[in-house]
Amino acid sequence: MSADLLAILRGLPWTVALTLGAFFAGALLGVPLVAARQSRILPLRFLAMVFIQIVRGIPPILWLFIIFFGLGMSVFPISPFNAALAGLGLIAAANMAEIYRGALASIHFGQWEASSALNLGRWSTLTDVVAPQAFRVALPSAASYLIGLMKETAVASTIGVSELAFQGNQLSQLTFRGLEVFALVGMFYILLSLPVAWLSRVADGYLQAKVAR
Amino acid sequence: MLPSLEELSAWLPDLLSGLSISLQVTALSLLIGIPFGLLLALGVLAKSRLTKILALFLVEVGRGAPALVLLQFIYFGLPTTGLTLGSFTAAVIALAWNTGAYTSEIIRASLQSIPHGQREAAVAIGLNRLDALRYVLLPQGLRVALPALLAFSILIFQGTSLCFTIALPELVSRAYEIGSNTFRYFPALLAAGVLYASISIPAALVVSHVEKRAGSYAQR
Repeated sequence: MSADLLAILRGLPWTVALTLGAFFAGALLGVPLVAARQSRILPLRFLAMVFIQIVRGIPPILWLFIIFFGLGMSVFPISPFNAALAGLGLIAAANMAEIYRGALASIHFGQWEASSALNLGRWSTLTDVVAPQAFRVALPSAASYLIGLMKETAVASTIGVSELAFQGNQLSQLTFRGLEVFALVGMFYILLSLPVAWLSRVADGYLQAKVAR
Repeated sequence: MLPSLEELSAWLPDLLSGLSISLQVTALSLLIGIPFGLLLALGVLAKSRLTKILALFLVEVGRGAPALVLLQFIYFGLPTTGLTLGSFTAAVIALAWNTGAYTSEIIRASLQSIPHGQREAAVAIGLNRLDALRYVLLPQGLRVALPALLAFSILIFQGTSLCFTIALPELVSRAYEIGSNTFRYFPALLAAGVLYASISIPAALVVSHVEKRAGSYAQR
C-alpha cells in the first residue's frame, strides 16, 4: 500500500507543474483575448469570438492529440509535457477570457459613466476603476476553474506525461490491483483540490471585507 | 496539412460511426445521470443522516475525481472484484456518475432558489412531501436548472472523448486509428475536431440563447 502511494506520488510534481503552468499561461493570454473580444473593432471582436468558440468546442484530449501527434509528428517535434502545456494553456486562455468577460460585464455601467464624468481616460478607467472590482468578481470562478483544470490535466496521461493518472495506469497494469490504485489516484485529485478551494474562500473573504469597509 | 477529398471520403464513414458511438454514450449518460442527479440532490437535502452522507460521498467523489480516473476505476478497477464490464457499459456508468454528481449540485441549487413560501403554501394546502416536490417545487426548479443542465450536456459530449483510454471505438479513437494506419495524424485529428466543433458550437449558441430567455423569464 505504501509502495503504491509512493509510486503514484511520483506523478504529483508533474500534475502540479502542468496545472500551474497552464493556468498562468491561460490567465495571461486571457487578458489580450478578452480585450480583443470586447474591442470596438468589429473584425477583431469577431475573430476573438470565433477563436474562443473553436477552442472550447473541441475536447481537451483531441487538442493534445492534434498538438502532440498532429503537429509533433509532421511539423516540429515536441515533448509530451510541452504539448500538454501548450494544449491546456490554450484551453485555459479561452476559458479565462470568458471568466474575465463575465466579471467585466458584472461591473455596473455607472462605474464607467462616473469615470468619464471624472474625465478619466479609457485606460485608467479600466486599470484603476473597473479591473480592481472585476478581479474580485473573477476570483471565485477562476479558483473553481483552477480546480477544474487540475482534473483536466489527467488527460495528459494519454500522450505520456508521467503525472498522477499516468502513474496510476502504469501501477495498475503492473500489479493488477486497479481498484485500489485508481481509488488512490482519485483521492489524490480530491485532496489536491482542497487547499485551492480553501485558499479561494480565504482570499474571497479578505477581498469582500475590503469592500464592506 | 489538410485532408484531401479522397481521404475525407475514405475516412468519413469511420469517423461518423465513431461520432454516433460518442452521441450514444452522451445520450445514455444524460438519460441515466440526470435522474440520478435528482436523487442525489434529494439525498443531500434529506433529513436522514445516513442518506445524506452516502449522497454527499457519491457527489464529492463524482465531482472531485477527474472523469478519466472514474472511467479507468470502473473499467480497469472493477474487474479485480470479479465484475467485468464492456467498454461501452463502463463508459456509460462512469459518465452517468459524473453527470449525476455535477447535475445534483445544479438541481440542488435551483431547488433552493425557489422562495420558501412555495414549500409552505404546498404544506398549507395539504400536499404531502412527494406531491409538493412533484407539482410545486420541481416544475419551478427544473426551469431554473435548464440552462445549466444544457451547458453541462455539452461538456459530457466532449467528455466522451476520454473513452479513448478504455478502447471504446468513439470519435477520437477512430481518428487516432486512422492516423496511426496512414501516418496522416494531423488531417485525421483535424477532421475529428471539425466534427466535434460542428456539434458543440451550435449547441453552445443554443445554450446561450436559452440562458438569455431564462434570464428574461426570471426578471418578469
